[in-house]
Amino acid sequence: MSPDHVLLARTLFATSLAMHIIYATLGVGIPLMVTVAEVTYALTGDSDYAIMAKRWTRGFTVLLAVSITTGTTVALQLSLLWPRFMQVVGQVIALPFLIEIFAFFVEALFMSIYVYAADRIPHRWRIASVAFVAVGAAASALLITDANAFMNTPRGFRMVEGRAVDVHPWQAVFNPALPTEDAHVLVSAYMTVAFITAAVAAHGLLRRAHSDRVREHQYKALMLSLALGGLFGIFTAIAGDASGKFIARYQPEKLAVAEGLFHTQAHAPLVIGGWVDGVHQRVIGGIELPGLLSWLATDRFDGVVKGLDAFPRDTWPPLYVHLLFDAMVGIGMLLVLLAIAAWLVKTVRRGQRFPFPRWLLWLVAASGPLAMAAIECGWIYAEVARQPWIIYHVMRTADAVTPAPYVGVLCVLFVGLYILLSVGTVLVMRGYFRRHPLAEEIEPGPISPRRVVWLP
Amino acid sequence: MNEPLWGAAVLWTAVFIYAMAGSIDFGAGFWSMVYRREKDTRASVIANRYLSPLWEVTNVFLVLFAVALVGMFPSAAYALGSVLLVPGNLILILLTIRTVFLVYTHAVHRHQSGLRTVSGITGLVIPALLMTVFPVAQGGFLRHTGGHWTLSLASLFSHWTTYSYIALGLTSELYLSSLFLADYARVAGDDSAFQVYRRNALWLGPVTMLAALFTLWAIPSSAAWLRRDLAGQSTLFIASAACFLVAMAVLWRGSDVRRRWYRLSVVASVAQYALAMIAYGRAHLPYLVYPSFTIANSFTNMEMFRAAVLVLLIGIAILFPGFVWFWRLFLENKGYVGKLE
Ligand code: HDD
Ligand code: HEM
Ligand code: HEM
Repeated sequence: MSPDHVLLARTLFATSLAMHIIYATLGVGIPLMVTVAEVTYALTGDSDYAIMAKRWTRGFTVLLAVSITTGTTVALQLSLLWPRFMQVVGQVIALPFLIEIFAFFVEALFMSIYVYAADRIPHRWRIASVAFVAVGAAASALLITDANAFMNTPRGFRMVEGRAVDVHPWQAVFNPALPTEDAHVLVSAYMTVAFITAAVAAHGLLRRAHSDRVREHQYKALMLSLALGGLFGIFTAIAGDASGKFIARYQPEKLAVAEGLFHTQAHAPLVIGGWVDGVHQRVIGGIELPGLLSWLATDRFDGVVKGLDAFPRDTWPPLYVHLLFDAMVGIGMLLVLLAIAAWLVKTVRRGQRFPFPRWLLWLVAASGPLAMAAIECGWIYAEVARQPWIIYHVMRTADAVTPAPYVGVLCVLFVGLYILLSVGTVLVMRGYFRRHPLAEEIEPGPISPRRVVWLP
Repeated sequence: MNEPLWGAAVLWTAVFIYAMAGSIDFGAGFWSMVYRREKDTRASVIANRYLSPLWEVTNVFLVLFAVALVGMFPSAAYALGSVLLVPGNLILILLTIRTVFLVYTHAVHRHQSGLRTVSGITGLVIPALLMTVFPVAQGGFLRHTGGHWTLSLASLFSHWTTYSYIALGLTSELYLSSLFLADYARVAGDDSAFQVYRRNALWLGPVTMLAALFTLWAIPSSAAWLRRDLAGQSTLFIASAACFLVAMAVLWRGSDVRRRWYRLSVVASVAQYALAMIAYGRAHLPYLVYPSFTIANSFTNMEMFRAAVLVLLIGIAILFPGFVWFWRLFLENKGYVGKLE
């Protein structure tokens, strides 16, 4: 197959996945936020949290449709674009895909019940059904990520003349990359969605002309979201650190390329930013922190980290992924700091009803899109830095691609479709929330909940 | 039955369920377009009520089919995957447009009829494209060149057999969706919608039979094996035709919306299609894609097969109560079905 053909196929697939991951991440996180809001309402009797759950769910039903259709697209495109790869998947790692079907069923069934039958079932069952939606969504994310983990650390088979022999399906499922990758994907999704709901609330607060009652509601949403975002942000950093240690052991070239490390060495430096120059084999203009990479990868400053020189040149991943990795880590750090800063401001101005200054609200409003950008950077890094392998050290991407023509035309069609979808979804959501403004949905007068929500 | 045969049975069951659920789903989209302007019947409201909670569940069966094919018969999945790039992706584009617009329509209450036209038209085009897998699998359109498989789209779309499968698919979709919607209207106690869909089913039923005969006739000589094997399944086809007659008789007599045994026509039609699909599936064996991919030579390994069956059984057992609850809440619930929009 010609390199152009492979590149087009990769572009088409990456576009579909990049689109799906946005909605999928929201699909994993929003049900959790709704569950938290529903439980808070049940515990405190504060109707603001019921309204929050209701409005998040409304947005969710539209997003879910895009999530499901783009997901169906990637699932079938796997077979259509990478038929050789899926032939191996079918023989070795079909189980997560099969189990995932049941996770989808759980999510679809309980979502219908939560949305369409809400008025006909008791409140306890409503909480249960939305919790099941959250469980189903999390399970489907964990399972598909397991398939991706298998691509990073394939186990449970041997390839003999293009056929998988000696197959142990459960060994393939419980491959070494599973724990770190699943943990990091799940907590980063929760973190991202919490910052997105925080950003929505901050955005609402930045528009003036509001009654204090509306502000009060928005502050509640903001505080809840920031608390969860900060918490999951810390978890994300811990899980990301574990991922880094993991790839240092199992996919050393991936870590080497993330840090632009060309030579195997002890006391390896961590380089922040800069352009990785492949010709002179160094990083131009980055900030070097001596020894820190060794410490991150091995827990010791004198630990030896493998550089790219340990691998044949034709299996080096593209060098630009260094920037993607730094963007992801940088955004993660910034957002945790932001959550801590918000907490400090709140603690210092304890007496005020609306403690946040406008600059802080602006930062929070930017945090949601930033978190989503981190997700995209993380995935592109994880996928591109595995190149040229589609299954690490087993199958090359170029050997997996479909022989069929017209991939370029399809690529154009799909890009058009995704633009249409993104614009349409934004317009529909805006139109909907314009016609149902918050002021009309919340209880107008002062509310008197049984208990007050405690947040740090 | 040996293991590959069990695998084929699982796969064919998924196709059958998707065919039924998809017929209702796509058909309801089509009918809700057709009746969008009529003020005097609630036919379109009934179609929409059905659609809202159903499309997600239907969609999962499509994914289930793809995943089961990959898991059970990886080599056949490889062959189909290599050649269906263009039709497959067109289906995906249309499916995306359809589903998303359907949900948009619920969220914005404007542009209703435009959006409905989209979901109505895609409700015909998608099943038509899906049906083209049958002529591809029956052989004659695939070439093995330079170590891989290619499909000649031009010759596929210049042969009668392709159009006969499409005709059969579309008429069946409309017939089945009319039957189901009539029954749904009956549960809701809505006489005017009931009569509309009952009348549709009455004339569409015989049309599906004509389409089926046409399909048999149009099988090309390059697939003579299929015609011969289909003839060998005549007992099942006769049983299927008998079910069809029962359904028609019930439809003909049951013009009263309060008659509970109208449900019999639905059951008989589902049985009719089940029998016909078993007959077709048996005639198609041992080939998945003629002539190179049989269920035996494209079967996965035994370890994967056992693990997959285990997973399927546990999954179905766990999900079953959920399905029952869903059925009770939506499809059998007068309060939900009859609710005005
Ligand atoms: C909000 C999103 C987000 C944030 C803030 C971070 N990550 Fe991340 N990261 C992801 C979202 C993500 C991801 C999208 O979930 C990835 C892509 C593939 C994967 O397994 O998770 C990922 C992959 C990923 C990988 C590659 C794993 C692999 O290829 O198997 C490493 C080493 C890290 N991350 C490390 C970190 C570190 C040290 C962070 C420090 C704070 C960090 N990530 C923050
Ligand atoms: C959803 C988040 C994901 C995103 C944004 C993403 C992104 C990408 C990108 C950018 C590529 C192209 C790599 C290149 O061109 O160099 C790619 C390739 C690929 N990804 Fe992912 N990926 C995601 C998750 C997954 C998962 C969960 C799987 C497995 C089930 C997967 C399977 C593949 C395959 C098979 C390819 C093609 C072969 C290759 O280029 O390696 N991806 N993905
Ligand atoms: C790690 C990245 C991914 C995450 C977090 C993720 C998560 C999700 C979530 C939460 C949904 C909504 C499920 C539902 O409501 O039914 C979804 C839908 C879907 N995803 Fe993904 N997904 C990812 C990547 C992929 C990939 C690579 C594939 C291809 C195999 C895929 C296949 C699907 C399918 C087929 C659906 C639609 C399911 C349905 O019909 O209901 N996903 N995904």
